[in-house]
Amino acid sequence: MIIPLLKGLGLTLSRFFSKPITYQYPEEKVPPAKHWRGIQYFEKNEQGRMRCVACGLCMAVCPSQCIYIETGEDEQFGRYPIRYELDASRCIFCGYCEEACPVKAIFMGKNYEWVENNRRTYLMNTEKLLEEKKNNP
Amino acid sequence: MQVLYLLIEMIVKCVVVFACLMICVAYLTWLERKVLGHIQIRYGPNRCGPYGLLQPFSDAIKAFFKEDLIPGRADKPVFVLAPMISIISAISLFAVIPFGNQFTIPGTDWVVKLRIADVDIGLLYVFALASIGEFGIILGGWASGNKYGLTGSLRAAAQMISYEVALGLSILGIIILSQTLRLTEIVHQQAGGFWNWNVWYQPMAFILYLICGLAEINRTPFDMPEAESELACGFNIEYSSMKFALFFMAEYAHMVTMGALAVTLFWGGWQPPFPFLSFIPGVVWFSAKLFVFLFFFIWQRGTFPRLRYDQIMKFGWKVMVPLALANLLITGLVVSLKG
Repeated sequence: MIIPLLKGLGLTLSRFFSKPITYQYPEEKVPPAKHWRGIQYFEKNEQGRMRCVACGLCMAVCPSQCIYIETGEDEQFGRYPIRYELDASRCIFCGYCEEACPVKAIFMGKNYEWVENNRRTYLMNTEKLLEEKKNNP
Repeated sequence: MQVLYLLIEMIVKCVVVFACLMICVAYLTWLERKVLGHIQIRYGPNRCGPYGLLQPFSDAIKAFFKEDLIPGRADKPVFVLAPMISIISAISLFAVIPFGNQFTIPGTDWVVKLRIADVDIGLLYVFALASIGEFGIILGGWASGNKYGLTGSLRAAAQMISYEVALGLSILGIIILSQTLRLTEIVHQQAGGFWNWNVWYQPMAFILYLICGLAEINRTPFDMPEAESELACGFNIEYSSMKFALFFMAEYAHMVTMGALAVTLFWGGWQPPFPFLSFIPGVVWFSAKLFVFLFFFIWQRGTFPRLRYDQIMKFGWKVMVPLALANLLITGLVVSLKG
């Protein structure tokens, strides 16, 4: 009757001297899973231009319809998006845009922290999407 | 002049002991959260100051600024009186605990004894006041006008009466051995190394004292009066702000006193474990031993789950009381046979 009690005390004492497994969040972040789908970013091609050819597949496949594209033509480089808008406040992070993209321009990033006071600021354009690359080394 | 000096000495001692006890209580809450945290493989409070050391002060400030609510159905005078009874008895318990021997103030022949009151009936005083402290809990729950509070206080009453019997009986062995109720005298008899401590002569009483002490201060395996999961905090359900803080402080002060009494009765009080270590002041030894007990109280809280109410009652009356009685009989027999 006494031995299990002592065993329990021994167990808690060994736990007491083990290192806590807590992540101290704001300073120390939990590394996201390997296939984590966070905020999207744009990749550039070899010439340093964005790869997007404004085919509109991501816009078509997006279940929450948060992507809007206006297509433009360039003499030298061909099709490009005049306007590419991604409403991150509506995005459900399903990752279909990444899957649908034929030229590997848009990717799901690892970043999961984004808080704003204003809904408008969640609208991502091409510059913001290219900038987001910095959070995904 | 002699009287004036005595008065100054008394006031200084009272203030110092009170301040130390309050700081001890404040940091006991910190220590408890820290130890429980580490037992559960997390950090515990560590945001407020280095290692969370300022946490007790932030808690105190929070308690002061909370709304002080008295429910409409409450019995107001008793409701206000209950936390006072609790805290006053818990603090005044410490008055008879000898936390050191004595020292002479350098340059004079004035001897300062390191205890507030050295009364002949020290042990009796402790048990009397501890029982009064339980009135705080019982009245507090009853005066809240709340069914959970009432259930909690009924449980408190039943549990404390049952376990006080065993607690008193377990102490009687020590009284038979030392032939005195004066705590200083009991400590003096345990001088000269750890093999002279009462714990070796009364091991059964020591274990019984620890278990019944836990029941007496409502620590976790026996925290029936405030069982969070069934009674939603029990007797202090309607208390908020400083009134709740008073109950909280009373609980921890009571815990410190229980530990201090265990040190005094069983672990030789301020006496060092080896005679050659006596150059270290007794207060240090007393604090170190007290810390061991306080750590044990917290440690076992992090280990054992709460017992069911009928289990507690059965355990109290069918195990603790007979064991305490047997211990008392055997001690009496051995002492009378040895002459």
